[in-house]
Amino acid sequence: MSDRPRILYCHCAYAHVVPKATKEAVLRGLTDAGVDFDAAPDLCEMAARRDPSLEKLVEREGEDSPCKIVACYPRAVKWLLHGAGVELPDDVEVLNMRTETPETILNDLLKDAETRGLQSTGVSDATTPDP
Amino acid sequence: MVKAATNPNLRVVLYEGEGSSTLDADQRFDAMQRLLESGYSVTRASGERPVSRGDDRAVAVLGRFDDPDQLDTGLEADAPVHIHDVTDRDTDTLLNTVESVNTQVAQHQTEYWKPWFPVIDFDRCTNCMQCLSFCLFDVYGVDDKQQIEVRNQDNCKTDCPACSRVCPEVAILFPKYRHGPINGDAVKTEDIEREKMKVDISSLLGGDIYAALKTRNAKFKSRFAKERDEDKALAERKKCLTKLAEQFDIPAEALEHLPTMSEIQAKAEAAAARTAEQQSSRTGDQN
Repeated sequence: MSDRPRILYCHCAYAHVVPKATKEAVLRGLTDAGVDFDAAPDLCEMAARRDPSLEKLVEREGEDSPCKIVACYPRAVKWLLHGAGVELPDDVEVLNMRTETPETILNDLLKDAETRGLQSTGVSDATTPDP
Repeated sequence: MVKAATNPNLRVVLYEGEGSSTLDADQRFDAMQRLLESGYSVTRASGERPVSRGDDRAVAVLGRFDDPDQLDTGLEADAPVHIHDVTDRDTDTLLNTVESVNTQVAQHQTEYWKPWFPVIDFDRCTNCMQCLSFCLFDVYGVDDKQQIEVRNQDNCKTDCPACSRVCPEVAILFPKYRHGPINGDAVKTEDIEREKMKVDISSLLGGDIYAALKTRNAKFKSRFAKERDEDKALAERKKCLTKLAEQFDIPAEALEHLPTMSEIQAKAEAAAARTAEQQSSRTGDQN
């Protein structure tokens, strides 16, 4: 069983608040690196309809490795999920695509993983998120 | 805004584990991006860890399989699993395959929707019920522990953060809002002190604004009556509402539906009565 962090990526598909370049660069970095991850089209949308898979994505039974959620502000993610009946475990880390650069996020996500392909993703050339 | 599948009946697993060949990096990225933007949840799996069980939706497992019939993905699903070999297929074809399976599972409708609704930060909320009293669309409710809750998310007016403006503790978030702290950014002291955060119900909706509108209307009433120019009256009201909309970043549509002070009071009284009734009922049960 892997001790790498599990990754849940939110594509924030229904709004334009996360810079498109950041989303694309992070998604590109994850797909190129060849790591396993779950991707949700929009956590807000899933929370709105209290999607039962949310809980399973965040708190996977039998997995000791912590979960890293790539989305927006940690405070927003925490209480969004709370509103959907899912409590974030203390060891869950939320990475903010609204404020962090793709490079920072990918370095965090992939620091324990093989970074094959990462250098070819061009993430360092990606647009810096909006302030 | 993207066109998204609402309640898609399918989730997708891009499987690249044992018994399959890996996808090209470009195809993996392209497929991921387009599936997400079509509203599908996607899991990329190499077989290193169990694929998340998900919910009761059907699962489409896509990959370049050596022998799809002998494939063991380790997927534990409570729903039907559809395995499709996408060897030598481009992303368009892959997407068509998913759409086809989704249609088979159940006909799904598409519509434009932006998930816009308030989220309560219970580390900050003091349960003052101002939001419940304020919102005329019944977005808020009270749970059986008399705790405020977001009950009817669908009633919320898209892009309207008005209730977050009346919250004295900056405890109401809209994750898709542009600016902090309403978008979930950390709350700073200056945020609380900032004038727009200190707007209370009476100044935002009740006395001041309605009084101002009334005064303005009265001022122009006699002239309008004489001139019989209803267009001017309407233009004046619109001008006033536009100014408010800009000041508080509230859509004009929502402003036009804002409750009057008497409606706010009536809602607060009704909420208090419901709470008292629940407490009374609970006391009765205990006795």
